[in-house]
Amino acid sequence: MDLSFSSEQEILQESAVKFAQKACGLNQYKKSLVAEGQCDAEIWKQFAEFGWLTLAVPESAGGFSASTTDMALVAEALGAGLVIEPFVTGALLPALVFSTAAAVANEALLAQLASGEVQLAVAYAEREGRFDPEHCTTQATANGDKVTLNGNKHCAFNAPNASHLIVSAKSGDDIALYLVDSNAQGVILSSYPVLGGGVAANICLNDVEVPGSTKIGSLEDLNRGLDKATVVACAQALGGMTALLERTSNYLRTRKQFGVPIGSFQVLQHRIVDMFTEVEQSRSMVMMASAKADSEHIDERRRAVSATKAYLCRASKFLAQQAVQLHGGIGMTEELDVGHYFRQLTAFSVRYGDRGYHLNRFENTPDYQA
Amino acid sequence: MNFEYSAADQAFRDEVRQWMQDNLPKGPRGTSAGFRADKEFQFIWEKKLAEKGWLTFGWPKEYGGPGWTATQRDIFETERARAGAPGTSPFGLMMLAPVLMKFGSAEQKEYYLPRIAKVEDIWCQGYSEPGSGSDLASLKMQALRQGDKYIVNGQKIWTTQAHWANMIFCLVRTSNEGAKQKGISFLLIDMKSKGVEVRPIVTIDGHHHLNEVFFTDVEVPVKNLVGEEGQGWSIAKYLLTHERTGIASVADNKAQLAKLKDVLSRDPGLKDDPHAKRRVTELEVDLMALEYTNLRMLSRMDQGESPGPGSSSLKVKGTELQQAITEAHVEFGAHDAMPWHVKVEGVEPAYQSATGRYNYLRAATIYGGSNEIQKNVLAKILIGL
Repeated sequence: MDLSFSSEQEILQESAVKFAQKACGLNQYKKSLVAEGQCDAEIWKQFAEFGWLTLAVPESAGGFSASTTDMALVAEALGAGLVIEPFVTGALLPALVFSTAAAVANEALLAQLASGEVQLAVAYAEREGRFDPEHCTTQATANGDKVTLNGNKHCAFNAPNASHLIVSAKSGDDIALYLVDSNAQGVILSSYPVLGGGVAANICLNDVEVPGSTKIGSLEDLNRGLDKATVVACAQALGGMTALLERTSNYLRTRKQFGVPIGSFQVLQHRIVDMFTEVEQSRSMVMMASAKADSEHIDERRRAVSATKAYLCRASKFLAQQAVQLHGGIGMTEELDVGHYFRQLTAFSVRYGDRGYHLNRFENTPDYQA
Repeated sequence: MNFEYSAADQAFRDEVRQWMQDNLPKGPRGTSAGFRADKEFQFIWEKKLAEKGWLTFGWPKEYGGPGWTATQRDIFETERARAGAPGTSPFGLMMLAPVLMKFGSAEQKEYYLPRIAKVEDIWCQGYSEPGSGSDLASLKMQALRQGDKYIVNGQKIWTTQAHWANMIFCLVRTSNEGAKQKGISFLLIDMKSKGVEVRPIVTIDGHHHLNEVFFTDVEVPVKNLVGEEGQGWSIAKYLLTHERTGIASVADNKAQLAKLKDVLSRDPGLKDDPHAKRRVTELEVDLMALEYTNLRMLSRMDQGESPGPGSSSLKVKGTELQQAITEAHVEFGAHDAMPWHVKVEGVEPAYQSATGRYNYLRAATIYGGSNEIQKNVLAKILIGL
């Protein structure tokens, strides 16, 4: 057991933390909110320059084949910096769901992703299946050397910014992933901004014809990619939670009522300790799940990821709610960053599955014993 | 970074598991409530561990400990709880011993440490007094120096296993001058001394674990003072930050949760109940968070770093979880948890001990510094007021 980070990871973490402290925060966040697709081109360019957009791309396709821990370290820093650019939904998750062979075959597209020229999106969720990637009614029908796609996808994060969509569709009993040009005939996006920043779309696929060669992954590729992305999203939330803990501690120290700092009141002292404890435990879960998300044992991966997401769904809400409560009226305003972290953490608790979904998934996965 | 146990750690786990299986005495091992070992069983077991050289598993090598890493100590505790063996009595081994190693005289170390290691002395801890619970520094038990003796007068309370012990280590007041913390000293007292009287306190589990201890003109040789006069408070604080391997009760929580899952899976009235199942799942996830937070602390300790402020939250979370698991045990048991201190035909044995354990473990959030006090301490670090 070795819970320290490698020196490369420490460098990666340090550069991300420095970037987030210097270039991000509330003012940049407000700029990003009104940028096209809620993604500031300048920030995205810097992500590319740092090499972060290629972290999830396999080495064989010119990427880094980064570990989930590597990606989590960057995401945590971005979360603390209130960043809304679609690091996970637009770059990491799409790259993660390519099978190795498909990644090599699509090296050119992934190179464009890495350089920041294009963004992608994964469209797997459907309205009735809530969060379950295995609920798929979108049909893939073979049509000579082509495939025809028909169906509806729900709340596909970052789809409005994507040059290509990665769509899950079913052919017989087999669920697979298809790469679809966003401008292809029959692809209709209803786009909207989402809670906490970023954009999404509901997608209607109406007799969309794609070459058979655009089948880029299996259901397991999707599940594995989602598991890793979920952990990275947890790390990003952890960054937000840590920022809220710090801001709230400072506020208790400096805000005076009845002539004394409100942090001298025991009821508030115990609340901040409860927040600290939740952050500590969440950090432990994120570290554990980052390591286990890369496990070759599917059950081990699933249980670790779902336990962690379930834990952080509850803990992040607790942090967000208590941070607003302890800040009082000012915590309710858009003036302060606290409320914006609140929105982001609320959105996090839904994205990639809520607590109920992940508790179910944990419960239904056999315990893996090494 | 990895959370995998090394091959050496895994071999160690197998060795401990096998040894537990071969050496844990079979047969009745506890009270009728079944959750606490009785005295005889406790010390037969501790002597077996002592012979193996594992009783002093938390001690450094120079004092006869096995020289295990924090990870190995954790594995040992996990296997111990898994086998259903009682925890070692902490007062001599884990509380007094590190104090003597740090503050004791050469003579005290030489005399007491081997006696602890061989289970020749049984220790208890005299800290709390009727008027001094959370406000421990207000303690009043007086030790007046007269030549080469102290004359001790006063009372201790909530003294676990005082009725088994032949020795007690106490915080006593040697001065009323200055700050109240400054007048406290750390004194070792022979329980067989004239003027020591032990009276039982029966707790809500219906058992006798706790006592009041009265001291009337008890004579204690000055050589039984640990450290200097007035150093008692620093010593007590040192102890709080020292041995933290077991603080989260991860091992016992895991063993209890495994029992809960097992009995649920066999319970014809409840095994298909989705609410019961969900409750266990939520406990399991919370226990994972505790377990990995504990591993992070152990890993820091293995690197020679301090356990960090997170260790105070481990005590809080660990004890809350102990209570939540036993509460579920009682509720799952329903009517089977009702028989009080008797074994009844047709009642699931796994539920029989649940009530006693549930009642007793209400103490977990009170002892060792109540959880509210732990939070006060942690808040000082976080807010810094």
